[in-house]
Amino acid sequence: MAQRFEIWKRLDWIIILLYVFLVIAGWLNIYSAVYSEEHRSIFDMEQRYGKQMLWIIFAFVLGLLILVTESNFFVAFSFPLYIFLLFLLIVVLFFGNKVNGAKAWLTIGEFALQPSEFAKFGTSLALAKVMSSYDFSFKNRNSKILLIALLVIPVLLIVLQHDTGSALVYVAFLIPFYREGMSGLILFFLFFTALLFILSLLLAPWLFVVLLILSAFAVFILLRKKWNELLTPLIVLVSSVALVSIIFLVFGLAYNFYFVLLISSFISGVILLFFSIYKRIPQATLIVSIFILSLLFSFTVDFAFENILQPHQQDRINNLLGIESDPLGAGYNVNQSKIAIGSGGLFGKGFLKGTQTKFDFVPEQSTDFIFCTVGEEWGFVGSIVIIVAFIYLIIRIINLAERQRSIFSRVFGYCVASIIFFHFVINIGMTIGIAPVIGIPLPFFSYGGSSLWFFTLLLFTFLRLDASRFEQLR
Amino acid sequence: MNSFAKRKNIIIGILLIIGAIYVMRLFNLQIVDSTYKRSATRNVVREVIEFPSRGLIYDRNGEMLVYNQIVYDLLATPREIGRFDTTTLCSIIDVPKEVFIDELKKAKRMSTYRPSVIIKQIPPDRYALLKEKMFKFPGFYLQTRNVRTYPFGCAAHVLGYIGEVSPAFLEKNPYYRSGDYIGVSGIEKAYEEHLRGRKGVSLFLVDVHGRIKGSYEDGKLDTVAVKGRDLVSSLDRELQQYGEKLMVNKAGSIVAIEPSTGEILSLVSSPSYDPVEMVGRNRTVNFPRLLNDPLLPLFNRAISAQYPPGSTVKMLHGLIALEENIITLGSSYYCANGFHVGNFHQACHHEQSFNLNNAIAQSCNAYFSQEFRDLLQDRKYGGARNGYEVWRNHVLSFGFGNRISYEFDEEAKGFIPEAEYYEKRVFKNAKWRALPIISLAIGQGEMQTTPLQMANYTAILANRGFYYPPHVVRSIDGAELNPELKTKRYTTVNSIQFERIMDGMEEVVNSGTASIARIPGITICGKTGTAQNPHGSDHSTFIAFAPRENPKIAIAVYVENGKWGNLYAAPIASLMIEKYLKDSIQPSRQWLETRMLETNLLYPELPNYIQYPK
Ligand SMILES: [Zn+2]
Repeated sequence: MAQRFEIWKRLDWIIILLYVFLVIAGWLNIYSAVYSEEHRSIFDMEQRYGKQMLWIIFAFVLGLLILVTESNFFVAFSFPLYIFLLFLLIVVLFFGNKVNGAKAWLTIGEFALQPSEFAKFGTSLALAKVMSSYDFSFKNRNSKILLIALLVIPVLLIVLQHDTGSALVYVAFLIPFYREGMSGLILFFLFFTALLFILSLLLAPWLFVVLLILSAFAVFILLRKKWNELLTPLIVLVSSVALVSIIFLVFGLAYNFYFVLLISSFISGVILLFFSIYKRIPQATLIVSIFILSLLFSFTVDFAFENILQPHQQDRINNLLGIESDPLGAGYNVNQSKIAIGSGGLFGKGFLKGTQTKFDFVPEQSTDFIFCTVGEEWGFVGSIVIIVAFIYLIIRIINLAERQRSIFSRVFGYCVASIIFFHFVINIGMTIGIAPVIGIPLPFFSYGGSSLWFFTLLLFTFLRLDASRFEQLR
Repeated sequence: MNSFAKRKNIIIGILLIIGAIYVMRLFNLQIVDSTYKRSATRNVVREVIEFPSRGLIYDRNGEMLVYNQIVYDLLATPREIGRFDTTTLCSIIDVPKEVFIDELKKAKRMSTYRPSVIIKQIPPDRYALLKEKMFKFPGFYLQTRNVRTYPFGCAAHVLGYIGEVSPAFLEKNPYYRSGDYIGVSGIEKAYEEHLRGRKGVSLFLVDVHGRIKGSYEDGKLDTVAVKGRDLVSSLDRELQQYGEKLMVNKAGSIVAIEPSTGEILSLVSSPSYDPVEMVGRNRTVNFPRLLNDPLLPLFNRAISAQYPPGSTVKMLHGLIALEENIITLGSSYYCANGFHVGNFHQACHHEQSFNLNNAIAQSCNAYFSQEFRDLLQDRKYGGARNGYEVWRNHVLSFGFGNRISYEFDEEAKGFIPEAEYYEKRVFKNAKWRALPIISLAIGQGEMQTTPLQMANYTAILANRGFYYPPHVVRSIDGAELNPELKTKRYTTVNSIQFERIMDGMEEVVNSGTASIARIPGITICGKTGTAQNPHGSDHSTFIAFAPRENPKIAIAVYVENGKWGNLYAAPIASLMIEKYLKDSIQPSRQWLETRMLETNLLYPELPNYIQYPK
């Protein structure tokens, strides 16, 4: 009894406050997104906000139930839970309901659950369990194989459901791996790719190529510290630019600076690659390789961004819009989303005053595009509040994870932070047009019981573990 | 402490960098860049137009000539269409299946969410059938629309028709939107601004599918539709229909004017068409047919056809000569079977002297040629050119050579040559002489007038020297008529002169060239004419007004290829006058009516045993 009492004292109330804030703010925005003059009652079960209210109440009950559970339960049952959730992923493959092209839903009476959400919970527990074992080390090959297997099995099952968005979330587990000793290069490479992606979307293509060339030179100087070695690549680059320009002019092609730059950079890159191999300068080989890959990446990124949606995802949006052939382009919803957010201004249009999100201009606006409603009705100020709240929540979880005595709790905490991190970055990023459109919800915010319960489960399990942080959990 | 603990800071660093990028991005989207705010307004506000009902048109006696009938358009919202039997639906609305399927495909291409018109203007009888069966056709619904209806099917040229606005017109007239209807001809065009009323505009917020979600700014910017103004036409429906009946199987026109007001009582252009042919679905079939008809049924001869006036112009000459003191009532000229000077010969058929009134009554060419020669050559002008200018100015004051209608912009001007015209083509720097232009004296040569101008000229004669611009609309409900129509125009000839030639004009009908037009009990003043036609038989013309004192009607009749004035034009004019003044044709003249009704000048070459096309 005394121990139970201790829990409430050791509970991190700041996280609970943030949680309640985000859930309530999410509900208000769902209410506004679905709100219309005809349906005023907030408990209208026909409407999404009415249902969400019910999901929230259930989520609070769920959170309470987790808090009164023994913390050892999660450690002891981490593998059984993982296997049970894998089993659900298999079940859903056979008995699942197809919603919007993804066979990811398990319907039990009135409730529809998305096992792929909960699978991440099981995976987090299993990873925490494995990584907290005595003989675990990233230098150990068996450990690595076990980790990869733990990740790949659910990812494959989820991909089989055509739920690519949920599968991509597993990338987030690289963060706890990194924290526990995985080579930083992998994370760096990932981060670098993401940065390239965003920059190539934000910057004019030619500017991006110029920046890429300059940074390649800069890195080369930083690594080699020999200025005279810059001469060769410079000559190669300038002469290929000249050559390509002449070819363009001779063949009477429309002179496009971006294409000329792109083609000549690529040619110089290939020449310098062979040159560096021949001269045996490994740093140069690495830099040039990365340079070439970045060029190719930036060239395809616009294309990829427009086409990142799988056919069934495009169909889903097309069905929503009632467009058979898609004259508006795959970027339609992103553009609508930007219009909605952009029209919000500094202080927004006010609660229930939004026009863009309310009238279905933004598809999926109560689920994946809920942030549009925030941007439109609460403006820049409201958007910043939500972003700061998420960042603060994530940092708070990380800091709590770091104070854990047991590795299990720490790894689990990092998993929780990383999953929220990934969802937050991708979801908000796509609504403001700098992340690919991957249909994943905004944690605590988006409409949907499965998502809310999953994040509640994740967060409260961590809170429960944190409350027992002085115990050595194994 | 774990050796990798400092990696926490790197992770938090990445998080903060991304957070900063997102904040900057939001700052740019929401505060710096204003294009998104503009797009947002465009996205959500939609105008919904409420169409007012178009003004009605009555005749001078309050009979309705044009009103609006409700027709039904069949609309469909493609995504709501359920299973239905295409064949049944097509047979109910009487539309070929291929057309229907084609329209449905077009609608789907437009939008699957927005309703599109599939079949326009379903007639009321079809609607009654369809309405009972509508439940069988989910996704389809009916929308009411007003179309013009003509209870009497007459006066097509006067009333005109409406049609969709052209893209070129849209550019200059922002009031209209693509698909709007506008008056294309006749009263519909001339009084478009009165008839159309004012569209109501309601601004609505719509969702991405165009579904209305509520009013914009609480309807503060909305306007209510204002019904179009009703017009009272000056037409006498009965007289109009009678005139059209008389002109069946003849090409030509009748214009009857109330002289005291300039109001047009009847304006017939034949061949004509039933105005309902230009409404709704009929129009797509009928318009090309009418357009390609060699008899030009769409051409309003009464105001747009130009003919030489022929002998009907003789009173004008007499009046000008009197006014200019070239002749007196007693002056006489001799007709020696015509007028002969040197090599110049102009035929006539008298061998006697005429004074002015007798010359009018007998339509003596020689008299007017000599009189016109004397005018042109009169010393006081100092040359025939000046004489011609004086004459021409008088003629212009009778409304010739210019448009006189303020309503029909397809009206032709007629042609009264300027002196320069003859200088260039006839005299070619040589001295002006009377003989080369002497045929003007008998209404031939270069002078051209329209039937409307001739009717107006007749009204001037009836009024003894003035006219009101002839017009077909008497009053507008809730608006003033164009004040120009109420402005009296005097000719340059003193009204005394008009009274002096009345006897001659009365004599034309009593015992002269048009005795066939005599109506016992009505004193008619008139004049026959033959309008020269280089392409075939001359046109039969007749102008008349009645009664002589206090005239109620002035009329000009043209019957193309009708040869002489007294053959068809004079009888038709007299029947019109009798009908208007007496309401019916007296038994003693009914044979004439029958003959006119039965006369067919359109297919004279066809033998009797071939049925004339109707
Ligand atoms: Zn004679």
